Amino acid sequence: MPMPDDAPLIAWPERPPPMAGAGPLIDVHGHFYHAECGRSDWAARNEARLRAGARMGITCHVASILGSWGYRSPVYFPSPADVTLGNTAMYRLVEEQGNRVRAYTVVNPNHTAHALAELQRGVESGTVGVKLLASRRADDRLLDPVAEFAVQHQLPMLHHAWQHRTRHWPSQDASDAVDLAALAHRHPRLTILLAHIGGGGDYQHTFEVARDAPHLLLELSGSGTDRGMLDRALEAVGAHRLIWGSDVTMETGLAKLHALDVIGLPPDELAAVRWGNAVRVFPPHAFPDAASLAAAPTREASR
Amino acid sequence: MSGRRIDVHTAIGGFPFRHVPHPDPEILARVVRREGLDAAWTAHLPSAFWRDPSPGNAELYERLAPHADVLRPVPTIAPGWPGWERELDRALAQAAPAVRAYPQHVGVGGEHPSLVALADACGGAGMALVLPVRFEDLRQRSRLDVAGDLPAATVRELARRAHRVRLIVLGAGREWIEEVHWGLTPDEQRRVLYDISWIWGPPEDHLAHLLRTLGGARLCFGTGWPLRLTQSPTANLAMLPDELRPAALADVEAFARAPG
Repeated sequence: MPMPDDAPLIAWPERPPPMAGAGPLIDVHGHFYHAECGRSDWAARNEARLRAGARMGITCHVASILGSWGYRSPVYFPSPADVTLGNTAMYRLVEEQGNRVRAYTVVNPNHTAHALAELQRGVESGTVGVKLLASRRADDRLLDPVAEFAVQHQLPMLHHAWQHRTRHWPSQDASDAVDLAALAHRHPRLTILLAHIGGGGDYQHTFEVARDAPHLLLELSGSGTDRGMLDRALEAVGAHRLIWGSDVTMETGLAKLHALDVIGLPPDELAAVRWGNAVRVFPPHAFPDAASLAAAPTREASR
Repeated sequence: MSGRRIDVHTAIGGFPFRHVPHPDPEILARVVRREGLDAAWTAHLPSAFWRDPSPGNAELYERLAPHADVLRPVPTIAPGWPGWERELDRALAQAAPAVRAYPQHVGVGGEHPSLVALADACGGAGMALVLPVRFEDLRQRSRLDVAGDLPAATVRELARRAHRVRLIVLGAGREWIEEVHWGLTPDEQRRVLYDISWIWGPPEDHLAHLLRTLGGARLCFGTGWPLRLTQSPTANLAMLPDELRPAALADVEAFARAPG
């Protein structure tokens, strides 16, 4: 039996921009694309990130390009050539965008000499951090030279982390908080940003591990939006060790900021999560206008 | 555009695989008002994992009754469970706008007579049939959570075979939705809605893409409470490109009431 005409539509109200509220906002987990990623819409995706960032109120996107994004080598196991290609495109984007964008240097630690050479090239190109994917488990000794370089150059390490690692998953050597904590204990001066608070679902062991790793920060990005995740993260490590990011689902990043509002985080702690912790853990050249960030009105003051 | 803003994707009660903070109707009613919604369609989460969900339905009706102004019950029916017709009658008596089913939890596909019978009966009773695809990302699940996602083929088959049913799919992503939508005739397409709780926003802009290709009439608002933050779909709508804002989505109450 045919259905009648479509049901009527309902308009959904929205709050005015900047939707993340007034005050600085540093996204420490962004990604961009380039012409050799095998995607014809690569430029549109980059524009979409910048468009959404402007609407949210992002002050600076700290971002990386993951090789060829799977086009010529796997996303999580990028070949050395693709690593170089992606990093070069990322540095070029920083030149084009100025202070709005900062670059991580991506490395694949399975290729130690290449990784160290890329890091050195990154330092000379103004990189502000190291981005590791899931090419090698974080507790593996192969990461030690990369970690030592990062400490030597005061670069934080953003590391993908996902789920409770009790088995292998396809297409990645995923790490979880236990693996990252092992790396942190071997390199106590290394600042590690544990991505996505570990993911969602089977991630809750992250909190117990993070308590005992003082230079490990929990990064908020990701599609995992489990209720209770933010509350438990705050309880486990405090606002001074939470750091905001969006990754490839910017709407969940914005949602988590709104959720922090509902939690009722004090203004100084909210500012720390939004940008203050980033200014603290990234090298001084990362945010040259940090002083003006500090002088900007806080979200609370702007209400 | 004067319909009510409904969250079709909420539940009360615990989840077997992890702690969920205060999944209670009192809290949900407060969240609905806080988020500027008019009402929520609410299921009983533990019933998704029970062979016989009828005790969960009884609990659902009882616990939602004090909040009838904002929370409308969506009971669970197990396809083919003896007495399911009585459970459907009870849902009708309770003015439920829809019922939920989990075909993947009972191991039936869209061609199975028990599921087709349930779908047709829902359509005849003026109730939508709500089909959740997932509760969590496959990568995040407990080892005990092995049922898998609802296959898109189940919904395609059901839309083809149950001619009176209105289906509302929860927690589907872009590719899943497209696999169903573009595998149906125009008439079949009009009998399926998808909530936006699992559709990605920028920079991939999957929600914008689906609004352009399927249209807002095929999409409705859902959050996934109490498992997921309610703020995500609202944030997603707010970050749409200029030409798509303010977003307009389907009126689920009108959709569910449409004659079968």
